[in-house]
Amino acid sequence: MKPSVKTIEADVLVIGAGGAGMYAAIEAARQLGPDARVVLADRSLIGRGGATIMAQMTVAVAMGHQQDDHWEHHFNDTLTAGRGLCDPALARLLCEQGPAAIRELDDWGVGWARQDGRNGTPGSTVPMRQAHAPGHDRPRCVYVDFLNTGPAVSKTLRAQLNRMPNIQRIGDLLVTQLICEANACVGAVALDISAGTPVRLNAKATVVATGGLTRLYARNSASANMGGDGYALCLAAGAPLIDMEFVQFFPIGHLAPRLIGMDPIMWDPFRYKLGGRLLNGLHEEFVHQYGASDAGQYVVTRDLATYAITKEVAAGRGSPHGGAWLSFEHISEAQLRAAGGPVIDRLLANGIDLTRQAIEVAPIAHYHMGGVQADVHMATRVPGLFVAGEAVGGANGANRLSGNAITEALVFGRVAGESAAQYAKTHEQCVTDTAFVAAVNALVQGGAAVSGFNPAAGIETLQALMQLDVGPFRTAEGLQRALTQISALQTQMQHAKPAAGVPYDTALVDWLDLRTMLSVADCVTRAALQRTESRGAHQREDFPGMEATWERHLRITSMGQIESSQ
Amino acid sequence: MGASPAYYIDGSDRVKPMNQPKQIAQLSISRATFGETARIERFDVPFESGQSVLDALRWIRAHQDPTLAIRYACTSANTCKECMLQVDGKTVYACTARLEPRAMHIAPLPNKRLVRDLVTEIAPPDERMPTMR
Repeated sequence: MKPSVKTIEADVLVIGAGGAGMYAAIEAARQLGPDARVVLADRSLIGRGGATIMAQMTVAVAMGHQQDDHWEHHFNDTLTAGRGLCDPALARLLCEQGPAAIRELDDWGVGWARQDGRNGTPGSTVPMRQAHAPGHDRPRCVYVDFLNTGPAVSKTLRAQLNRMPNIQRIGDLLVTQLICEANACVGAVALDISAGTPVRLNAKATVVATGGLTRLYARNSASANMGGDGYALCLAAGAPLIDMEFVQFFPIGHLAPRLIGMDPIMWDPFRYKLGGRLLNGLHEEFVHQYGASDAGQYVVTRDLATYAITKEVAAGRGSPHGGAWLSFEHISEAQLRAAGGPVIDRLLANGIDLTRQAIEVAPIAHYHMGGVQADVHMATRVPGLFVAGEAVGGANGANRLSGNAITEALVFGRVAGESAAQYAKTHEQCVTDTAFVAAVNALVQGGAAVSGFNPAAGIETLQALMQLDVGPFRTAEGLQRALTQISALQTQMQHAKPAAGVPYDTALVDWLDLRTMLSVADCVTRAALQRTESRGAHQREDFPGMEATWERHLRITSMGQIESSQ
Repeated sequence: MGASPAYYIDGSDRVKPMNQPKQIAQLSISRATFGETARIERFDVPFESGQSVLDALRWIRAHQDPTLAIRYACTSANTCKECMLQVDGKTVYACTARLEPRAMHIAPLPNKRLVRDLVTEIAPPDERMPTMR
């Protein structure tokens, strides 16, 4: 090992500082005590990147404040939405432990909206407000006004992290490879993006909490960090992936007019509160023609709404930019202001007056149901390697119930932190240099940054082909075409790797991201090709029915094989 | 592909209306690695109404120069607050600053340590890689 390679020692290494990673770090630090060291690494700034902070919406949890409720009802709704493919043990964990996580965040001052119309304060005895989101049998979704759920959750977890001296936070650190010795995970190698140099991370236990893969698609609601890093890292380390064909498209992502400084999924809270009307290009209601109701109340599930909008567009009845109209024109300004608060003014600053105009919406890649296979302790098949949040596959089956993503981040994060801490307590580190040296060398090797291949353009090419052929509606022909193009991009980029060494080398980061995204895109596409039926978020136009024989999972092994399992 | 939809969300794949005179945003971008004297490089970006400065910087990276260093995570939701820089001497978020069809000068934050090009060290000191071990 070259002496210049920085080394960081950790009892528990957590990769990814979104909601799941931050909660995992907090829980691991609590379990291990003041003398231990938990390292929380993120490729972005700590607590600023990832999906949690972008979530403007709601969190599903059986608090029973709005209406009598029990986690079993939430569990039943989760299983129904999952179309027979939820891992019941993981879904149960999410629903059963959700309330405790929500209460702990409340104690930390997150400010869940209360029945008195205000955001809560720690110790408040006023019951929480719970919205009735689609797919739920009763009002169940807590939130922080106005459109502030994710930022409030992130800020609250950050404040807790900062109080714990046994957590070392390191931003601008992009993990490029997990390191295994004797089949156990013993740490990682990363790129210190600011310096442009490799870093060695020795860890007794590692938690991967890197989120999902929605950046693979041209139309997405993702941060730039959601290129599927954790799936590629874990698969390469020997942990299988499951359900990779199930990418959830959010039906009403903002499409037009151009809106800046706003999250494209911002319309959902408006719909929870106000209903709103979904109209085709002819300004006609259409969702009822696809077997669902959408008359003023927002009850249509995500997969069905995505289907209905896509079919209307395909039939030539789309809105001008290729989506549907969403109209609140029948709702008074006073009601709009009550529901949207200051967001109404931000819309007006963007030239949008909801009392006078409908806006255009379209399905955008939003969440990934698939991921790394894990048990209820968040342990993968690789000893010492744990996962949390959206990186975990299986809890949500073929279609995620709305509101379950933040619940999953919090609950799975906490469990992963606890499990990793227990593992670190009972396992000594026995590390040799060989695997680390190989990974460091792989990062350092390469040529000049400008090589004739533009990795930023390569990412856009991949996003466009995934949107076109591996989106919500798939055919064997399109999926085959996607595989051919993915393979061609892999060949093109192969000899164009920039060498590490330049501070904040975005060309190198893009090259590493493109390599990751191509490997994950290949998994999604091959699994989608193999599943010759339509179920939840996976819709095959050439196999339109849901088949009982397909009530099973596809698992991708580290050798790249696809296995079928119950 | 006449009916192909415009990818407004991404900002990079928009279908351009035919037969319209092209408007150009002329970006002069300050470029340097820490310790170097900054040089100004000019990039011409096709302007479309409603675009942000971040849209233009991302367009430059994909179409002209992938080595241009910029920092962002959430892309356009204005939640990560990572894309702070200066436009014509004024500190803004690149994702909420409107692009305009004129000469615009883009520079890194002057009061933070430069990393490279438009990227400055904005993380709190205890959230960075420790200097040496």
